Amino acid sequence: MSQQISVRIDNELYTATEGRTILQVAADNGRSIPTLCYLEGLSAPGSCRLCLVEVAGVGRLLPACTTPARSGMSVTTNSDALAHNRLMALELLFIERNHVCSVCVSNGHCELQSMAQRLGMTHVHLPYNFPRLPVDVSHPRFVLDHNRCILCSRCVRVCDEIEGAQVWDISARGINSMLVAELDRPWGEAQSCTSCGKCVQVCPTGALVEKGQAVEEMTKRNRIVTDLAVKRGART
Amino acid sequence: MRKPRLATMWLDGCSGCHMSLLDVDEGLLTIAAKAELVYSPLVDAREYPHDVDVAIVEGAVSSDEDLEKIRLVRERTRILVALGDCAITTNVTGLRNPLPLKSIFDRVYIDGSDVEKVHPTEGLPTLLKHAIPLHDVVKVDLHVPGCPPSAPLILHVLTELLDGRMPDLRGRRFG
Ligand code: SF4
Ligand code: SF4
Ligand code: FES
Repeated sequence: MSQQISVRIDNELYTATEGRTILQVAADNGRSIPTLCYLEGLSAPGSCRLCLVEVAGVGRLLPACTTPARSGMSVTTNSDALAHNRLMALELLFIERNHVCSVCVSNGHCELQSMAQRLGMTHVHLPYNFPRLPVDVSHPRFVLDHNRCILCSRCVRVCDEIEGAQVWDISARGINSMLVAELDRPWGEAQSCTSCGKCVQVCPTGALVEKGQAVEEMTKRNRIVTDLAVKRGART
Repeated sequence: MRKPRLATMWLDGCSGCHMSLLDVDEGLLTIAAKAELVYSPLVDAREYPHDVDVAIVEGAVSSDEDLEKIRLVRERTRILVALGDCAITTNVTGLRNPLPLKSIFDRVYIDGSDVEKVHPTEGLPTLLKHAIPLHDVVKVDLHVPGCPPSAPLILHVLTELLDGRMPDLRGRRFG
């Protein structure tokens, strides 16, 4: 039997099962912490830094999606400093590549865009990068538009952990990072791709989309991919 | 008491934001009753006047001329409003930004022309390397999102500002 612990989140006391992350304990109790790279049912890389929270007695901010809740922990999920941090993390995602929502197939159904709305973003203070990036249309059914990719790696994880095909990887580091199919092939030539479309469904933005969609038409059902695995108890 | 002095300006945009302003329909009467329109693509004034209370500016800053205009607006205006996504993020006008200027000029004036295949040199403002948002070059007091912002949103913003209140537009759609 796993042990029950008690955790304080934003001054409310909650009972939780040991081993659950701060994010999960918060969610179990109807508290939502902003996330982008995290998707229930997939492993958590802790890379987008949107879910950072304050833990009493710890000198730095911790990602809620990868930090296990511990007995006696006192967590703050909302403060001016956190709000500022989250906005900065989000701004960095917007300036890194070319997000032109008004001509994007995902406009109005995009998790990056709705996060900006949720966090109250009115404009981006930092100067935009405007990089020149390719669009891969080699796959018969899907498109990869690097301009919209936020490198959250959800596609990499779902393809590996749920579909078992391991088509995707992220090459290089930092600002040069790129999503690549197999060993940097056009997606349409990737022999391990089963065309299941899971990566498309979990991608939070207009980076992975179905062909033939016009502006604002691409809606996704990201949870449908992982829900079953979570319900079966195969994944948490 | 004198009425607040209102100006509207159109930089690198498609005029859609101004169309949306006209779509306010009878709301224009409300605005007209509250403000004196002193400068706009819709009125005759040639030079941007001094002592403007509220200016709403559509479009990104894309040329040396835009740059000059927006600096003048800032100098002579109390409340400067970025109207629409091109003014806020560069949006569609920024689609050219990843491309070198030369390739754009070649495409338009060399490949795209049957006669006189030359880059224009006279009588045109010089393009900046990138179209940039207004707030990159001047202080912006309010960002009004949308491509274009809806007519009711524009009416709301103008009514609030002309009545001396600063609307809070956080939590509206971004991008
Ligand atoms: S992916 Fe989202 S944020 Fe990026 S351009 Fe498309 S709608 Fe906008
Ligand atoms: S393609 Fe989509 S899911 Fe994959 S890393 Fe980029 S944004 Fe994330
Ligand atoms: S959701 Fe936790 S770091 Fe991205």
